[in-house]
Amino acid sequence: MSAPTEIAIHHVDAGRMGFFTDTTVCIGCKACEVACKQWNDLPADGSQFTRGGSYDHTGELSAATWRHVRFVEIAENGGHLPQLPAGNEVDVDAAVAAMENWVFMSDVCKHCTNAGCLDACPTGALIRTEFDTVVLQPDVCNGCGYCVPACPFGVVDRDPRDGRAAKCTLCYDRLQDGLEPACAKACPTDSIQFGPYEELVRTAERRVSELRRRGIEGAYLYGAGDATGEQLAGGLGAFFLLTEPPERYGLPARAESPVQENVVPATAAAVAAGVLAAAGATAAFALARGRR
Amino acid sequence: MTPEASRPASFERLRRLPIVGRALDWGMGGSAVSRRTREAGARIAGLKVTESVCPYCAVGCGQLVYTRDGELVEIEGNPRSPINQGTLCPKGAASRQLVQQPGRLTKVRYRRPGGAEWEELELEQAMDMIAQRVIEARENGWQDRDRRGWRVDRTLGFAHLGGATLDNEENYLIKKLFTALGAIQIENQARI
Amino acid sequence: MPGLGATFGRGGATGFQQDLQHADCILIEGSSMAEAHPVGFRWVMKAKERGAKVIHVDPRFGRTSQLADKYVPIRAGSDIAFLGGLIRHVIETEGYFRDYVVNYTNAPTILREDFQDTEDLGGLFSGFDPETATYDTSTWSYAEGRGGGEGDAQTHTSMAYEERTGAGMDVSGVPRDDTLRHPRCVFQVLRRHFSRYTPETVERICGISREDFLEVADALVANSGRERTTAFCYAVGWTQHTAGVQIIRTAAILQLLLGNVGRPGGGIMALRGHASIQGSTDIPTLFDILPGYLQMPRANEDGQTLADYVEESGRDRGWWAFYETYVVSLLKAWFGDAATKRNDFGFGHLPKLTGNHSHFSTMLRALDGGVEGLFLMGQNPAVGSQHAGLQRRALASLKWLVVRDLNEIESATFWRDSPEVESGELRTQDVQTEVFLMPAASHVEKAGTFTNTQRLLQWRDQALEPPGDARSELWFMHHLAKRVRAHYANSRRRRDWPIRKLTWDYPEVGETGEPDVEAVAKEINGYDVATGEHVPAFTALKSDGSTACGCWIYSGYFKDGVNQARRRDPGDLDAPGGWVSPEWGWAWPVNRRILYNRASADPDGRPWSERKRYVWWDEEAGAWTGYDVPDFPVDKRPDYTAPPDGLAMDAISGDDPFIMMPDGRGWLFAPSGLLDGPLPTHYEPFESPLENLLYPDLHMNPAAVKWQRPENPYNPTGDPRYPVVATSFRLTEHHTAGAMSRNVPWLAELQPEMFAEVDPALAADRGIEDGGWMVIETERGEVEARARVTPRIRPLRLDGRVVHQVALPWHWGYTGDYPGDTTNDLGALSGDPNVNIQESKAFSCNVRAGRRARPATARLSGVRLDQRIGPADDDPPAEYPSEIT
Repeated sequence: MSAPTEIAIHHVDAGRMGFFTDTTVCIGCKACEVACKQWNDLPADGSQFTRGGSYDHTGELSAATWRHVRFVEIAENGGHLPQLPAGNEVDVDAAVAAMENWVFMSDVCKHCTNAGCLDACPTGALIRTEFDTVVLQPDVCNGCGYCVPACPFGVVDRDPRDGRAAKCTLCYDRLQDGLEPACAKACPTDSIQFGPYEELVRTAERRVSELRRRGIEGAYLYGAGDATGEQLAGGLGAFFLLTEPPERYGLPARAESPVQENVVPATAAAVAAGVLAAAGATAAFALARGRR
Repeated sequence: MTPEASRPASFERLRRLPIVGRALDWGMGGSAVSRRTREAGARIAGLKVTESVCPYCAVGCGQLVYTRDGELVEIEGNPRSPINQGTLCPKGAASRQLVQQPGRLTKVRYRRPGGAEWEELELEQAMDMIAQRVIEARENGWQDRDRRGWRVDRTLGFAHLGGATLDNEENYLIKKLFTALGAIQIENQARI
Repeated sequence: MPGLGATFGRGGATGFQQDLQHADCILIEGSSMAEAHPVGFRWVMKAKERGAKVIHVDPRFGRTSQLADKYVPIRAGSDIAFLGGLIRHVIETEGYFRDYVVNYTNAPTILREDFQDTEDLGGLFSGFDPETATYDTSTWSYAEGRGGGEGDAQTHTSMAYEERTGAGMDVSGVPRDDTLRHPRCVFQVLRRHFSRYTPETVERICGISREDFLEVADALVANSGRERTTAFCYAVGWTQHTAGVQIIRTAAILQLLLGNVGRPGGGIMALRGHASIQGSTDIPTLFDILPGYLQMPRANEDGQTLADYVEESGRDRGWWAFYETYVVSLLKAWFGDAATKRNDFGFGHLPKLTGNHSHFSTMLRALDGGVEGLFLMGQNPAVGSQHAGLQRRALASLKWLVVRDLNEIESATFWRDSPEVESGELRTQDVQTEVFLMPAASHVEKAGTFTNTQRLLQWRDQALEPPGDARSELWFMHHLAKRVRAHYANSRRRRDWPIRKLTWDYPEVGETGEPDVEAVAKEINGYDVATGEHVPAFTALKSDGSTACGCWIYSGYFKDGVNQARRRDPGDLDAPGGWVSPEWGWAWPVNRRILYNRASADPDGRPWSERKRYVWWDEEAGAWTGYDVPDFPVDKRPDYTAPPDGLAMDAISGDDPFIMMPDGRGWLFAPSGLLDGPLPTHYEPFESPLENLLYPDLHMNPAAVKWQRPENPYNPTGDPRYPVVATSFRLTEHHTAGAMSRNVPWLAELQPEMFAEVDPALAADRGIEDGGWMVIETERGEVEARARVTPRIRPLRLDGRVVHQVALPWHWGYTGDYPGDTTNDLGALSGDPNVNIQESKAFSCNVRAGRRARPATARLSGVRLDQRIGPADDDPPAEYPSEIT
């Protein structure tokens, strides 16, 4: 019952860090989405009212939306509302059944064990950090866009303003100062948990057992534990507890990272080009120093 | 995200990890790392922190306000608050943009009767004009007694409608001054 | 909230949010807590993870419903029928907590013989006067006692009732029957009153199936009693009705029967929607009360002395016996040395009420040209107030308007881009309103306290200076006061006595001349006049003028000169009782976190169970002790028996936990304090497509406030043109009228457009497509919205008829980058008789596909000018000249 305090990361033996997103306690409030934009100074990138969109108007992960809360209230048939007869012949039971299928999920970069984006990047802009997370260095990226199709989850996107790719860093900068990522910190119901990967997986496995004990037979981990890891890019640093088939959340059932036989080495020229492209944005980041 | 995006199951690769961050000190792989990555750190580290409370709903979440030289840098949840324990909802998480919102007013805008445009006013001049109007309205709407001759000692000349995001101390001065001026039409959001 | 005040003694939420984690069952109704209070919902989720059953009853399956264990759909506005059904179930199945009910409530108290119930009079209680639509409440009192009758039509709008229940009431010698069998005891009256609220009736009125009803009823009973507790959470889904206060009363009665009040994991959590809405009632910017729930004086024929006022407002028994102390201390705080015993401490100079001067009445007066000027401070009635079209027309009738806000809100620009300008009804060049739009400081740019939903005062330190000419309201009021006081400094007129004598010597700090907020805080806290020392608590206040105190219930928040609201030690949350965190902030009264916590122990002072231990009697120490500040005289033994002639707190026995009440008991039956009945009963909403099944001849709350004017037309009951039930709701992503969210791009992009939730069957019937446009219409206006066709809002089968509902968020207006139609353009002015709250959570409407063909409020264009009604009764009489002191 003690208050969570900001988790201190010991850099000397930095291990793999990750996100465990438990969809069974997500209230769909989008605090994570806003907290992410707030921390990373990402702009509102516009939105529109869409058909079948429930409370989701930002649509998907993008260069300016690194956390995205997906709402799915449409049943299995993929996009069609349950047919209710007009007038007085109301099938109330059908309406209720449809409601029970409403799901929320806060989606994010998976920080894959086998990261296709990282593999596809010719400039060395995408790197794996000491926390075993995958980070895109905007001051190196030259905007080639190879990483975009290389991601099996559709996470990586190019910024329409400067063409460079952008995605979740798992708050690499906050981690350097012992702060937990902004989304996990904000989450009012602890649906997003952050921590050492192995510990998170154990927590998540216990949670699945507990939910099954309570009768939620369909609870399972996506991207961690048991067999799923092998089919999903070698396992996901940001993994999920789901209760419906992955497709309902817009997630692939299988995802392997691409083979990149001819990795372009990070040449000095490519790095220089990236630095030039990124000069403006870098200034915005040249902020706080004096870490502990 | 589409099924086509999934790749063949046979893929296996050697994990060739660029090693960065503090690991540089171990003398490995520094060429892959940009200066920005090398210097990455939380922009709030070492800044002045002020404890505050979220201005949206009445849950009363604690906030930490980070400033540098009087400039607002960041607002986050206060982990020590037993109410929110560091968390915030999307509105609370957006508080910094509330303060720094586009269109935030910093000058008095004045619209004269029948006017089609805003004009700018100096604060002191606006205050003088408002005080004068309060006095006039008070006098014009004053009643010593009502129609029955019962003593009422009040004015109906001006009214107040307050929000419920004002501080208790502010509400106190509002009620105190306006009641002393005889105004009774003092209301707020509690009824709305 | 008088629903709570008239039952328990104080209007505030009974507990605190973190305590919800200890509930075994949580009923959320009249609130979508996960959406409107996401972080408060954290504690509901904690309870759920500990095994609590979470139930959500709502017209709309929202994010709260998704997280609840059980969702029960209900027709908007039928809550009393549902809760009344639960009361009947609890009584008939003997599921109530008998020891609690007999000892801590007025269930055994015997009522007068001439009391008549709604079941005898077709929906009316005894004492109703159809001429004035008000009640003479004298027959509602206890047998052989004297009632606190408040039948005067003049007083019919008083929020103050919530805190002075039982004023003037004499309960000495009132007979009781602890067997609960006497036919006129409250318990039997209650039982008869709700006897028709069977599961079948509930199903016909609310659309709740028998199975769902019984599941909820069983859960409540199974999770109440010695070992377990159930908590209720509500918000404006209960308050914003013409019988809103009585909805909350129904819940309060149910919680008393189940024995859940004053205990951990129990109580009623009133979820308030604005950072300091509790605070702005405690220190009221409200017309009918003074700080600390003291009444505004009222005019009467002979004039009123302080003694008259105290006699009328205070009472002999219980805590309100100290009424005079609090009034005198307030007058000393305001008028300082000029307030003396000889001049009644200046009491006679306070302005006096003669009628209703609530927000709606004031705006109607403005519409008629009776108000010259208006201050809007952080308030946007052009979007946020009911019948917003009427509000905007009223703004256009003002001579001047001062708006203080962070940005250019609709209420400041109505002369340029309102629907009335769009329709041509108002022409910009003809609008004579002079507008001052003043930049305000934000919450981090000033210091002060908010009082949150759990009565907790939390101090905010100032983090930075406001930009440019932006200033706090504290600064604004201070510098306005200086100017106005200078003008009147040499006046000798009687009317100027209060402004001349007003204490106003707050030191100024900083470059902008901000008044010292701690000096204001000291005045609110109270101080000894002679020494200038802060008083430690309201118990130190005196009625002789030797103390000053601006708000007695806040007395102690600067105890010993230390800012108690700035305390920030959460304590050891894992220690026994650690979740109370008494050193975090400061809660009124005297830092109590759970009110009425004497009731967490049995009559002998022992915890009802180890599991629900909270406050108990320590025989060795001879004192009440526990995890919280006991809500009881700390050394009053549980076996103390009040003498029949006891006064003030001596009249409260050692086993009477509700110390604000004259009989020390929770009121199942409210002999005074409410204007529309001692018991709640099912009335239809003001505008409903359905007849009242229980009282076919009556329909709605007979005492509800109506503003019958041509600009405020009502949808006739049962009118086939308005067959759909509408309810408004709040989105997580927006805040109230949008001024704090539509201009924040990170929030606005999450919910960019006004929409309406409509069920697939109704949509199919009207040709409405998901994502397409639809129009919602009432007699007041037409609003267009994107259609969100979803089974989450569902049609209900009511008494053999299918009724459809639409749900409307109300955050949009005509300015900014994310404009949209205003839901409040649809509503009518109407009012609960006790508090004047409008009925925005249930009204009738029609819907159609497409977009509106004309501006939203064009249908009322011209109505006003043609049919204006004359000035109100209390308009200024010219014949009385100004008087000299």
